[in-house]
Amino acid sequence: MNDPHLLTLHVNGTEHEVVVEPRRTLADVLRHDLHLTGTHVGCEHGVCGACTAHLDHAPVRACLVFAVQAEGADVRTVESLDHDGELSDLQQAFTDHHALQCGFCTPGFLMLAEGVLAESPDASREELREALSANLCRCTGYQTIVDAVCATAASRREKIS
Amino acid sequence: MKPAAFTYHRAHDVADAVALLTDLAAAGEDPKVIAGGQSLMPMMNFRLARPTALVDLGPLRRVPSMTAISERDGTLTLGALVTHHAVETATLSPDWAVLSRTMRWVGHRPIRSRGTVAGSLVHGDATAEWCLLALLLDAVVVAEGPAGRREIPAGELFHGFYATAVDPDEVVVEVRFTRPSPHAALTEFARRHGDFAIVDAAVALDVEGSAVRGGRVVLGGVAPAPVRVPEAEAALAGEAGDDRWAAVADAAVAAIDPPDDGGTTAAYRRRLTRTLVTDACREAAGGIP
Ligand SMILES: Cc1cc2nc3c(=O)[nH]c(=O)nc-3n(C[C@H](O)[C@H](O)[C@H](O)COP(=O)(O)OP(=O)(O)OC[C@H]3O[C@@H](n4cnc5c(N)ncnc54)[C@H](O)[C@@H]3O)c2cc1C
Ligand code: FES
Ligand code: FES
Repeated sequence: MNDPHLLTLHVNGTEHEVVVEPRRTLADVLRHDLHLTGTHVGCEHGVCGACTAHLDHAPVRACLVFAVQAEGADVRTVESLDHDGELSDLQQAFTDHHALQCGFCTPGFLMLAEGVLAESPDASREELREALSANLCRCTGYQTIVDAVCATAASRREKIS
Repeated sequence: MKPAAFTYHRAHDVADAVALLTDLAAAGEDPKVIAGGQSLMPMMNFRLARPTALVDLGPLRRVPSMTAISERDGTLTLGALVTHHAVETATLSPDWAVLSRTMRWVGHRPIRSRGTVAGSLVHGDATAEWCLLALLLDAVVVAEGPAGRREIPAGELFHGFYATAVDPDEVVVEVRFTRPSPHAALTEFARRHGDFAIVDAAVALDVEGSAVRGGRVVLGGVAPAPVRVPEAEAALAGEAGDDRWAAVADAAVAAIDPPDDGGTTAAYRRRLTRTLVTDACREAAGGIP
């Protein structure tokens, strides 16, 4: 009953063809079939946010989407953020503000923050704190993550004005 | 964990979804509809649910009525696939603004990207905000099955312990809210923001001038299903103010028989009920002249 499906997935601007069982989550297909191991898997029930990726520009839990459901959608992962190996402003801000220690949660936080900032570039610190509470980090204590995202938001606003 | 194996079927329209459910069941399968997957997938990943076939409503997002939000003649209609996030960011008239304000309590942003109104109602968690809102605002769930469409009023929807009146071969197509409530609020307490509430309370006040004529009091987390509390609603009429809200909260606490389970005692749920009903009344009364 493994009912394999041939899928075309659009990931980070590239088309990929994969043959997968429908029970394979998007997170597992990204990691095991496409070898995009930046998307991490923690809890597999939507609580930790380590697997956060974008589906049609909205942040989602990649462990709570079956890959078959993502066919036709624009999928973005943490691998889409850097520019030929040069860190993006948000990634650089995470480094500058010590917003990671072990780094397990980092891809999820980066994708969550990019999703939130794209939608609400003027979000206040309080709003960003609430949005970032979606994901778990066992190392940093969160303050530095909030600092990094707020700093990025501020510098992006400055660039526009 | 990883989910058990299943076969995957894309529905192309509502009739197709209903036919797939019927045919798969007739072939001895145990089919289930998947919409946002934000309740079903965690249960499948834990193997608490093991459907042998999934009928995906995803492609039905192309059907405009399935994702439409429309207000007309005192009714707000939400297509079954409208997401929590779409409601959060919709511009609704004051009659329905409580829906948008409430969405921040539903999980987190990435959950709200995918989770749908109908999925919440069919899942029927006793503290799900949509379930409370359905009772608060007299929702009618429109479900299509092999015998055609039928309307299920919110009062008949919840059977408790995740059981609802929507049959396994039915697909919800829209949810209509029929009780405009410009003076309404929902509030809750959870140990961590974004978790399901331990107790949540929703209040709608029927206001005439500066007096309250009556209204609704709905609670989640105090019974196997969300409930209206007529005893508390009876205490609503009169002049708005903290004395009135205290009486409403007293009546609510006296009327409920909350569960005593695991980490949370019945006494604690009663205390939460008192605080949350009072807060919800105050917030709902915020716009009264
Ligand atoms: C970490 C986390 C936190 C959460 N916190 C909250 C919270 O605080 N409050 C809250 O209310 N919810 C919460 N949720 C659940 C979330 O709101 C779900 O989105 C919602 O309960 C289900 O909607 P869905 O579209 O994802 O449904 P699915 O998961 O796809 O389906 C749920 C059930 O409904 C059925 N179904 C779905 N659509 C239809 C339809 N159109 N017709 C017939 N049957 C249908 C399915 O067969 C299944 O039985 C949380 C989820 C997670 C993972
Ligand atoms: S692995 Fe997806 S939320 Fe934890
Ligand atoms: S840096 Fe280790 S979990 Fe966040």
